[in-house]
Amino acid sequence: MSDQTHMHVEHDLAPGEEEQHSVGERILGYVVGLGLALLLTATSFFIAGTDLVWQPSIPVALIVLAIAQMGVHLVFFLHITTGPDNTNNVLALAFGLLIVFLVVGGTVWIMAHLNQNMPPMDQFIQMHS
Amino acid sequence: MTMTATLGHAHADPHHIGRAAEHPGPAPKRIVTAYGFWVFLLSDIVMFSCFFAAYAVLSGQTAGGPKGSEIFDQRNVAIETVCLLLSSFTCGMASVAADVRNRFWFYLGMAVTCVLGLIFLAIEFKEFADLVGRGYGPSRSAFLTAFFSLVGCHGLHVSAGVLWLLTMMAQVFAKGFRADVLRRMMCFALFWHALDIIWVGVFSVVYLLGGGA
Repeated sequence: MSDQTHMHVEHDLAPGEEEQHSVGERILGYVVGLGLALLLTATSFFIAGTDLVWQPSIPVALIVLAIAQMGVHLVFFLHITTGPDNTNNVLALAFGLLIVFLVVGGTVWIMAHLNQNMPPMDQFIQMHS
Repeated sequence: MTMTATLGHAHADPHHIGRAAEHPGPAPKRIVTAYGFWVFLLSDIVMFSCFFAAYAVLSGQTAGGPKGSEIFDQRNVAIETVCLLLSSFTCGMASVAADVRNRFWFYLGMAVTCVLGLIFLAIEFKEFADLVGRGYGPSRSAFLTAFFSLVGCHGLHVSAGVLWLLTMMAQVFAKGFRADVLRRMMCFALFWHALDIIWVGVFSVVYLLGGGA
């Protein structure tokens, strides 16, 4: 019998699953997540439309806010944490993020260089006609 | 006998270093199912990252057509975003209600999620129809092709999510909170929250970054 209980605590958590919490605590978690997400969204929309901040900083600020909001969603809505019972979920997420950064970063990097090295299209057509 | 053996073991091995030798066997089905679905969601996100990369490369290739700042309506996007955020919250409420097997709050949470999702889809469809009506369809320029495929792909996911949501309500109505129905509900909640994460990328990169440029 005690073997059963001993084994039970060893299991990992499924993604989206929380450790044992009361209903009130779980709802509070979603409320906090919603509040933070709304705050970050409002900041993004405000920064995009304002001329109160230094203009070249806006794209960087928007990207930082977006990544922060994705983190809020992961923690408060998908319940991905750094706890030992979440290792598998975090490792899968890390691999997914690696691929995403390779695809997006690599594409943007290579295509920007291609654009720099290509002559404008009208010159290109003149050269070949 | 077993009791003393376990207690003695816990004392000798507080960090469960010898855990691999006495592994309790395969994980419960709930964990296996949700983990498999998590891996699918991550591959879905990788697919979206390709659309994002295409949009980032092609956002300046307007071929004499409209630029992003000329066709995006920030107010509509703000309403869509609030709809999706609130629907993510109500979906979370519905999954808490499913876990405590409360039918009323489950149906209420799912119904509100469904309505918010439908409002989002209606606004998006109106935006698309409006653009196509003005001659700015996906074939107008490379920028618009990338825009329609990225945002449209997210819209298709939301449509599939709404269908899945209605299926879950019907299954709970017909079968009750059975273990398999609860597993499906868990996957649905993961799917809906992941769509919200992708929308954060869409409104930041497409509408806010693209609208300012």
